[in-house]
Amino acid sequence: MRQRHTHAQRRSSVARRDLPFRVAIRGRRQHNQGVKIAVCVKQIPDPANPGRLDADGKTLARDEKLILDESDSYGVEMALQLAEAAGGEVVLVSMSPTGEVGGIRTALAMGADAAVIISDDALAGSDALGTAKVLAAALRRTQPDLILTATESTDGYTGTVPAQIAELLSLPSVTFAKSVEVGSDGLLVRRQAEYGYDEVACPLPAVVSVTAGVVEPRYPSFRGIMAAKSKPTEMLTLAGLGLEPSEVGWTGARQRIIDVSPVPERGGGEICEDDGTGHERIVALLEELKVL
Amino acid sequence: MNTEAQLSHAARSGATLSPSPHDFLGIDSLLSEEELLLRSTVRRYVEERILPHVADWYEQGTLPAREIASDLGRLGLLGMQLSGFGCADSSATAYGLACLELEAGDSGVRSFMSVQGALAMFPIWAYGSDEQRERWLAQMATGEAIGCFALTEPDSGSDPASMRTTARRDGSDWLLNGTKLWITNGSVADVAVVWAQSEDGVRGFLVPAGTPGFAASDIPRKLSLRASVTSELSLVNVRLPADAALPGVAGMRGPLSCLTEARFGIAFGAVGAARTCYETALQYSGERNQFGGPISRFQLTQQKLVEMMIGVQRGMLLALHLAKLKDAGRISPAQVSFGKLDNVRMALEAARSARSVLGANGITLDYPIMRHMNNLETVITYEGTHEIHTLVLGQALTKQSAFG
Ligand SMILES: Cc1cc2nc3c(=O)[nH]c(=O)nc-3n(C[C@H](O)[C@H](O)[C@H](O)COP(=O)(O)OP(=O)(O)OC[C@H]3O[C@@H](n4cnc5c(N)ncnc54)[C@H](O)[C@@H]3O)c2cc1C
Repeated sequence: MRQRHTHAQRRSSVARRDLPFRVAIRGRRQHNQGVKIAVCVKQIPDPANPGRLDADGKTLARDEKLILDESDSYGVEMALQLAEAAGGEVVLVSMSPTGEVGGIRTALAMGADAAVIISDDALAGSDALGTAKVLAAALRRTQPDLILTATESTDGYTGTVPAQIAELLSLPSVTFAKSVEVGSDGLLVRRQAEYGYDEVACPLPAVVSVTAGVVEPRYPSFRGIMAAKSKPTEMLTLAGLGLEPSEVGWTGARQRIIDVSPVPERGGGEICEDDGTGHERIVALLEELKVL
Repeated sequence: MNTEAQLSHAARSGATLSPSPHDFLGIDSLLSEEELLLRSTVRRYVEERILPHVADWYEQGTLPAREIASDLGRLGLLGMQLSGFGCADSSATAYGLACLELEAGDSGVRSFMSVQGALAMFPIWAYGSDEQRERWLAQMATGEAIGCFALTEPDSGSDPASMRTTARRDGSDWLLNGTKLWITNGSVADVAVVWAQSEDGVRGFLVPAGTPGFAASDIPRKLSLRASVTSELSLVNVRLPADAALPGVAGMRGPLSCLTEARFGIAFGAVGAARTCYETALQYSGERNQFGGPISRFQLTQQKLVEMMIGVQRGMLLALHLAKLKDAGRISPAQVSFGKLDNVRMALEAARSARSVLGANGITLDYPIMRHMNNLETVITYEGTHEIHTLVLGQALTKQSAFG
């Protein structure tokens, strides 16, 4: 998954905008408090098990054990590395409609320091924007210097939540990071692109989505596993975040799921005997597919 | 799989309860959240880091011991059942589950963990001086230093008290002479725990690699436990300072107590090897077609699968029960013998049966079964042979020793 980068690089920079909260990283580090990194993580049904739809037939059933989305483990690892290098703490932020915490424990066992979990029956059915509103509200309370996310979740694949969080918080948004450096005057991010990578400088706080595969997530150690349960884990409801149930869940969703249907079975394909003209049929087929 | 959630879900939805082929008795519900996370972590490590390479290691007769040591150290599995010095003071169940998952990959990898934690770190921890513990335990827990356990000799196997390796006083020093054979990790170890006859009975000595007169060479042409280093150690006038001896124990109790620790892990580990064989056979039999359909529809195949499944589940219950006894401080060496004997026998039977289900494919390294089957021939021999454990149990029942 790791993409080779060419020498093509582009430098750009995201303008500092009017920030609702700002914790100067330099100030923090002068006070030896280190950098506070929030990582948004999601718990999903184990992709190793066959997925099932809920009774309504429109959402993935989540009544079995959920695990940490593998695509989030890269952000967690990157946050741990940054916090280890610069000093600081890693806080997980997760929306967990069912109150499940198993996947979050995995990230705590990897070494994250604390977790903020938003759990509320009214969250069921939230679309990407609803999710972003909830996470943004929780992040506003957490006041991190840096927010890391995955580029997209493995079960939903919308890929829009990171930019939505940034917009809701009026923070710079940098997507598809392959590396992140925290410097004295902000962030230096290499962002994956088809032609190589962009080098992006931006002030903190910022929202950065981390490409899967760019770091090697550590395995939780046995000590980490034993410590996970006793790490501070804050459970919040919508009311605790000051959000109305009507803003989220099925009622708040601006996206309507009309239908979910299984992928059609693959057809049998075409078998043709080569009577010496096989190549003609192949060329014709490639032309039909418009690849020639 | 979260069996509790599954059960309650099934109850809510009124579905008929249908046991999972992978956890037929719902034994997972006996494990804590931490134990389940430890298990899934080690299982993932094995799937990602061991299984892609182990067939090649096996074929080449090698194990990247340093790499495995630092991996297992980072996972926190080396000496995890001990306390202090960077060790995690784990429950016996957690320790056992780690052994199980490693051995589901390969008995050689589990052997590495057993030797390091139970056979090398344990005696230093239990019988060592403060200096010895300080010097070795923390770096053995991280895998920076590797240990081995040298008891067996060319002419002294099941009857280790007959050992000929000697430790003689020379002034305040010790002089060690003898040959040790079949020593796991021997040539890669930074420190060997060598058991030798002294004037006050069998004593343990810490012999650092590179000590003059001490040499290790690997045993070639093994057909079992090939992804594991097995060595011969030779000790010719090896001069050691007075403080090289483990001060805390004299007599056969020393090495035997280490073996009890390691055997306990094997009772779990064997279940892992058996599970892999069973699951491979279960999947294969559903995909392999003969006489117009999958071979899993034949009664004879089903009987094999059922016997394997029952063996794995029963072995798991036995191992978990022993762990409970151990955590309560109420386990006896004979009860550990029960676990080692019965679960290794079960695993070997499962491996042979699974091998037959896979037909010709079963004899290759493309499938894990024959590798496990060959490994288990070592597992049934080391740490007390099947026969020796039978005699231990026989003696416990009759109060009569049948050893001599
Ligand atoms: C791959 C491998 C790794 C090993 N690693 C280590 C290690 O790290 N450290 C270490 O010290 N040792 C190690 N061993 C040695 C192992 O512990 C011995 O092989 C084991 O104790 C048996 O000894 P033996 O091979 O000399 O067999 P023997 O003792 O000669 O036994 C041969 C046969 O006779 C039977 N027998 C013996 N006595 C009796 C009796 N009284 N009644 C009935 N039957 C009896 C045995 O059960 C066996 O079937 C290892 C062995 C192997 C194969």
